Formats: sequence, structure tokens, C-alpha cells
Amino acid sequence: MSVLPYLTAGWIMLAGLYGIVTSRDLIHAVVCLSVTQSGTYVLLLAIGHRYGATAPVFSDRPPPPAGPPVTDPVVQAMALTDIVVGATVTALLLALAVQVARRRGTLDPGALRSLES
Amino acid sequence: MRPSPRLLLFAAGAAGTAALFTAGVLGLPGFGGGGHPYADRAVRHAVQQGTPNAVASVTFDQRAFDTLGEELILLSAALGAVVLLRAVDGEREDAGGAHRHGPAEVPDALRIAGHLLLPPTLLVGVYIVAHGHQSPGGGFQGGVVLGTAVHLLYLAGDYPALQRLRPLPLVESAEAAAAAAFVLPALGAAGQAATGRVPALNAAVGVEVGCALVLLIGKFFDQALLLRETGPGTGDETGGGTGRREGRAGGSP
Amino acid sequence: MILQATIALPVLVAALLAAAGRWLPRPAVDTAALLTAAAVTALTARTLARSGHDPQVAWLGGWGPGTGVGIPLAADPLAAGLACVTAALTLAALAFSWRYFTEIQAIFHALVLLFLASMCAFVYAGDLFDAFVFFELMSVVAFALTGYRSEEPATVHGALNFGIVQSIGAYLSLAGIALLYGRTGQLGLAAIGRHLTGAGTPAGDGSGDALVTAAFVLVCTGYLVKAAAVPFHFWLADAHAVAPTPVCVLFSGIMVELGVYGVARTYWAVFAGLVPLRAIAVLGAAAALLGAVMCVLQHHIKRLLAYSTVSHVGLMLVGVAAGTPGALGGTAYYLAGHAGVKGALFLAAGALLNRHETVDARELRGRGRGMPVTGATFLAGALCLAGLPPSGLFAGHAVTEHAVLELGWWWYTPLSAAASALTAGAVLRVWLTVWRGTPTEQGSGSAGDGGHEDPETPGGLRSVPWTMVLPGVALLAAGAVAGLMPGGPVAAAAHMFADRGAYAGLVLDGAVAHPHAPPADPWTLPGFAGSAGTLLLAAAIAASGVRRPAAARLRAAVRTGGARALGRAADAVTARLHALHSGHVGDYAAWLTAGVAVLALLTTRF
Repeated sequence: MSVLPYLTAGWIMLAGLYGIVTSRDLIHAVVCLSVTQSGTYVLLLAIGHRYGATAPVFSDRPPPPAGPPVTDPVVQAMALTDIVVGATVTALLLALAVQVARRRGTLDPGALRSLES
Repeated sequence: MRPSPRLLLFAAGAAGTAALFTAGVLGLPGFGGGGHPYADRAVRHAVQQGTPNAVASVTFDQRAFDTLGEELILLSAALGAVVLLRAVDGEREDAGGAHRHGPAEVPDALRIAGHLLLPPTLLVGVYIVAHGHQSPGGGFQGGVVLGTAVHLLYLAGDYPALQRLRPLPLVESAEAAAAAAFVLPALGAAGQAATGRVPALNAAVGVEVGCALVLLIGKFFDQALLLRETGPGTGDETGGGTGRREGRAGGSP
Repeated sequence: MILQATIALPVLVAALLAAAGRWLPRPAVDTAALLTAAAVTALTARTLARSGHDPQVAWLGGWGPGTGVGIPLAADPLAAGLACVTAALTLAALAFSWRYFTEIQAIFHALVLLFLASMCAFVYAGDLFDAFVFFELMSVVAFALTGYRSEEPATVHGALNFGIVQSIGAYLSLAGIALLYGRTGQLGLAAIGRHLTGAGTPAGDGSGDALVTAAFVLVCTGYLVKAAAVPFHFWLADAHAVAPTPVCVLFSGIMVELGVYGVARTYWAVFAGLVPLRAIAVLGAAAALLGAVMCVLQHHIKRLLAYSTVSHVGLMLVGVAAGTPGALGGTAYYLAGHAGVKGALFLAAGALLNRHETVDARELRGRGRGMPVTGATFLAGALCLAGLPPSGLFAGHAVTEHAVLELGWWWYTPLSAAASALTAGAVLRVWLTVWRGTPTEQGSGSAGDGGHEDPETPGGLRSVPWTMVLPGVALLAAGAVAGLMPGGPVAAAAHMFADRGAYAGLVLDGAVAHPHAPPADPWTLPGFAGSAGTLLLAAAIAASGVRRPAAARLRAAVRTGGARALGRAADAVTARLHALHSGHVGDYAAWLTAGVAVLALLTTRF
């Protein structure tokens, strides 16, 4: 089925969202957020794939059309950017979670008071 | 909201989103098919510019603006971590030499292996950065290797040595300087050949990513290992034991 | 080069401050940041001035349109105007934080400058993926700035909620971008737009249409989370209540509005005519109503102002969703006016916080004496929010109303009047309570000790310095006269923005369009009538909200059974609304998912 990789990406994103919705621990929620994001990596890289193609690096073989076809370097660059963005957002949110734990003494979203006055 | 209404709401939303997404991907070209026009253009330009690694050409030459944004995100996250994880009133930082952190009894084999692995790993990291424009790798990948390699010292049980190796103020300044060094070539370049530019940008990114990771992890370490509350009733010392500290709730976060 | 310079300058100074800030004295840091913001304001103003006849387009790195791989920066008039507003607000925020704002190693100033650079880059970007990257940069800096006072428990909690919800939206946007890339093999806005229309995707063309709809819904999700449309709005009040005051100015003044810009730009450059906009209209109208109602129910001034932002930005979304250049022109007026007025109100709230160490209106009853300028700011700000001429909000409302009535959207006028009256009434009530109320005795405060907040300066201030007062006055003045912007250029700008062919021609071919646009005219009789009505309604709402002991006793004595039941029902609804905004991130994520499904349902052409 030629759409299965794309559907897998969608499944991963929804699974991560489910994790955030039902989470009882904010660090778990932040990690579920990075699971959601990894769904986008799968989607990007699946879009760029080509059957029978190899990596787009030509230090040891000639580029197409003389050499074999290569996969899409643009989505790989996009995925790279995405990974960096995701890692930094995760780091920042984990720092916030650490501080929530120290200030409120709990990481359970259900136990944290609402900010409404 | 109680958990069950929340779950019901999510289920309804997820059903709709899944239907939307499925309908959307059915319109994509099939997986593994031909038809990648942008890829063909990008590969052609990479070859013309003399950069064997097409991904590096796209990242640092053709779409350098994206990478600039990425660099700045990394810089902002590192600055954010410094702000968010700082010691506030009622806390103070210990000098790291007061404790030896890590598992209380680090086997000698681990200690030796950690110390021995450090130089080769750093070398591999530098290699990956330096050859990023020719072979798979590049500033980001090599920077991650460099940034995490230094923490072999912590794993080998010697946190004070790690602190000496990477003074955080210097790392902060180096990171910001590398980000600044990235901006001008990325924005100012106008059609010059990429042969000199891509390796230089690679190096700047490698430095920046390495420093950012060291800074981020270092701030988390400080928060976990060194911060002590100075209020009354917190006279406990968790010395060399497990190296974990207590929060106000009396349990580790 | 001016576009690149606009982005490069704040980044370089921010990097300098980050590198050397530990060793620089505070005046040097303040001066460097302020001068940079002033320079960027000048650069963006120059870009704006040239954009009418010679819009700047820059293809980065020497990769021009012919190569097919380049990234353009484009400053058409509306984008240039947004960049200029951003720079002006940043200047005001940095002036407010001069010298007295608690600073850590120059990091606050570095982050604010990075914020400025990211917003300018987002506005100028002509490439979808770059828009995403700078959108994420904007978000990361926003998370860091929201959690700035990390010693407060509510601050880090609010920042974490903001972070998780906004990031989910951004990742869904990226999925939409991936879909568009898979279909068209392009990432530039103009290029994708040309591809989608050139390849011919007429309505009803089975498989092609579903992908376009899915991509539109997903891409707009991230922008709508930023723009706090219902049900994506829960993060905004949490974040504004805890972020430092200069940061709130930037959030409410321009960052949230950039979500509206994102939706508008993506629609008109890529999707124009391919998808209906009714989903955006519905979510915007819901935000306008819900935001206004929640606004009236608040006592915490910053949270009140945050909900009023939700409401006003909801009205801006409706203006964009009308899909006509006329309504877009009205939205431009509205945005300019709202930025100035809301910024001024937040700065005034900050002055109150630093002077009295609380922003709870009940705690501050009658303590406004000695702060006449701040009081005048609140009063004038409330009147402008209600649409006092010649404020930008008045002009925006008049022009948009005229434009949407041509579409048959009769509901816009009552919605807009109600929302504006409620929000203005709430702010007016704050003014009446704090500056005209009688002070309660200490210790009998109904808010208990929950009202106290630490000031943002090391130790509270005995008197508010002029650096904290002047920026607010300047912003208010700008917002109050924004309605005087000449209608011809605004309409021309809107027509250029709302024309896919013109945008593609500008970016890809370098061809400048000169649309024949009837000038926008806010000075109409229905406009004045609407403004007068809203002002009266706002005054009534404010007066009814102020508690006077004698009147309350009278009311309690006279209340009949029916009125009592009505009162109980109103209390139940109020409690339900408060409970809905629970601060629980799982709730927010569930609402977000439901919102995406609603967007999908309303956008699909069955």
C-alpha cells in the first residue's frame, strides 16, 4: 500500500496527542509532544523517498543521470531543521517542568491549580 | 474537566483529524514514486556549486536562511535555559568540588573506559564537522557528538573535572559568537561560489551546537546536582551518595 | 539589502549581548538594546515608505527565482506596516524596562531583540518553511520570556501550558507544509500558489481537493493557535497573566496578531479561491464572544486584558475571513489601533504592579491616587477599545462593517458592538474601581492574600519613573490617531495583499502591481452611530459592575424570585466558564484536537 508510510506518520502524531491528553505527569506530556513531532519526521522523509535510490552524497559516485538516482535532499534538510527545533523546544519545556516540580512540588496536571482567579 | 469527558472530546477530535489527514495523504504521489522536481533542481545546483553532499548544500547554501533560523532557535533555547534554571532567592549553588557525583562506587573499568574514550570521541566529532560538506555528517551531527562527548567525564564519575573542562560562562560566549559568525555569511552572501562558504558555515554550526548542548545539559546538571535551598529545615546533605537532591516536596522531581 | 539588514541587526546585537552581557554594565546593555530597536524602527519605516511604489523583494544567497531553489523576502505594504508596528512596540517595551526591570546577565534584552528579529523575518518571509522556522523561533523566545520570573509557581505553569499547546499547533502546521511540498514540489508561497492554480484544481476534482483542504486546515492550525481562536485560546490568558509586562505588550500587541497575518498571507498567496473561509469566520466569532464574556468576569487586570485581546483578535479573524480587500483594509486599521491601545494598557498595568505589588482590581480599589497619567491611560484606552473616533479601532470597525455588509453578514455589527462594549466596559470598570473607588480598609480585602504579586523591579517603586510612563502615553497616542491613516494607501495595500496574481508577480517576476482600489472610508454615519452606541453600552456595563455597598443592599432587598433564579443561573454559567479554563494541559490539548476537527468539517466542500 503506497500510502501506509504517510498513515503511519499520522498515527504517530495522534498517539502523541493522546499521550498529552491523558498524561498524569508533565514530563511524560513533554516527551509525548516530542513523539508527536517525530510523526512529522516520518511524513517528511516518506515524501522524499524513492525506490532504488541511495543517499544524495556524491563523494564516491557520480551524480544522476550518470549515477544511480538519489533520494530527496530537501526533505532531509527540512527534517534536520525539524529535529533541532524539536530538541530545543523539548529542552526548554523540560526546564519549565523541572521548575514546576520545584515550585509546586508536583508534576500532575490534575493537581496543579488553575490560574483563573 | 473530568478525565472521561476530556477523553471523549479528544476521541471526537482525533476522529475528525484522522479523517482529514487520511483524505489528504491519499492525494500525495505514492510512496517511493518518481516525481521529485525540487530534489532534482537541488541536486543539480549542489553539483554545480561543487558540494558533494547535497544535503549540506541545501542546508548551508541554498536554504541557508532556514539554518539561520534554526541556529537562532538553539541560541534562544540555551539563553532560555539559563534564565529558567537559574538559582533564585532561597537557593544557592554549591561549588562542584564539594561533592563527587554519579554512582557512589564507580567501577574502575568504567572510570578508565570513560577517560580513554573521551579523546577519540572528540576527534570523531571534529571529523564529522570538518567533512560534513563531502560526506554524510555536518555541523549539526558533529556538534551533537562534541556536545555530548564531554559528558563521558560525568559518566566516568568525575563531575568536577567536567566543570573544569567546560566553564559555562565561556561556553555561553562561544555559542553566541558562533551564532553571530553564522549570520553574516548566511544573509549577506550573494551568488559567490559555495566552496569556501559551506565548510565555514559548517564549522560555525558545529561550534554553536556543541556549545549549546553543553550549556543546556550543564544547566540541568547544576539544577539537579548543585542547587541547595538555604531556608531553614533543609540542612540535609546528599553528599556523594546518589547525587540526587531533594525538592521542596521532599522527593526527587 | 534593507530587509536582510532589518533581520541581521537585532540578531547581531542580541548575540553580542548574550556573549558579553555578563561583563557589561546595565546602562550599556539598555542603551545598546534601545538603539538597536530604534534603528530597526527606522529601517522598517523606510521599507514601509517605499513599499507603496517600490516594494522590496530580496532573494537570499544569490539564488534568484530562475533557479527554482531560492528563498524570497518580500515587503509588500501590509507586511512592511506590520514590521514597523513590531519595531515600534519593541522600542516601547525596551524603554519601559530601562534600568529598573530585573535583568539576568543581559539575557532579557537579548531575547527581546531575537523576538524582534524573528517577527520581522516571519512577516517578510515568502517561503512556507521559513515562515514555519521563524514562527518556531518566535515561539521559543516567547516561552523563555513567559517563564522569565521562574521563581513564581504560576509563571512556570502558565509558560509550560503555552509551550505545549503552541508546539502541537506548530507541528500540525509542519504536517500541512509537508503535504503541500509533496503535491507541488515547491516551498515558496508564490510558487505553490502558481502551481496549485496552474495545474488546475477546480472545485469538485476528487482527490486533488482533499489534499488542498487538509493542507489548509493543518497549516492554519498553528497560526490559529497563535491567534488564540476558540478553542485554541486557552493558553493566552495563562501566559499573559504571568509574563513580565514588557513581554505582554509584545504578545498582545503584535505576536498574537501575527497568527492572523499568517492565515491571511497563506490564504491569499496560496489557497485563494480553493478553500472556503467560513471556518475561520466561525472560530473568530466564537473567540470574539467568549473572550469578551471571560474578560468581564476577571478581576486580575492582566488576565482581563488578555481575554480582551482574544476578543479583538477574534474580530480581526472575522475581518480576514470575509475574504475581501475592503474587510482586509478594515482589519489593518483595527490591528494598528489595537496594538497601540493594548500595549499602553499593559504598560499601565505594569506601572500599577511595580507601585502597588498587585494587579487585582479588588485589591487596588481606590489606590489609584498619585498615578494620574496611568489613570488617564486606562480611561482613554477603554474609550478607544470601545471605538472612540479617531482611534484605529473605530476606523477598523467602520470599514470592516461596511465591507462585510456587502457580503450579507448582518451578524457582524451586533457581534462587534457586543464584544467591544464588553471589553471596553471591563477596562472602564477597572478605572472606576481603582481611580474613583473608595479604598477598603486593609485586611478586609475579599481577595485575601491571593492578590499579591512580586513587582518586576528589585523592590517595588515608590513613584513610577517617566521611562515607565512615557512609552505607554506614546503608544496610546499612536493607537488613538491610527484611524487617521489615509484611506487610499490602506486600500491599495489591502488590494495588493489580497491578489494572488499580484503577489506572485511581485515575488517571482519583479512586477509591481498598481491596483485601482476605492479608498477606505471610515468616516461614515453608520460608523459614528455604531461607535456612539458601543460607548454607551460600555459605560453601562462598567457602571453595573462596580460594587457600591448601598446599591448592593438595595438590590438584595428588592430582588424577586425570578431575578434570584436568573442570578443563580448566571452564577452557574460563570462557574462553568471558569472551570473550563482549568489550567490542565490535557484539557487544552483535547480542545485543540476538537478544534482541528471543527476546522476540517467547516472547510470541506462535501
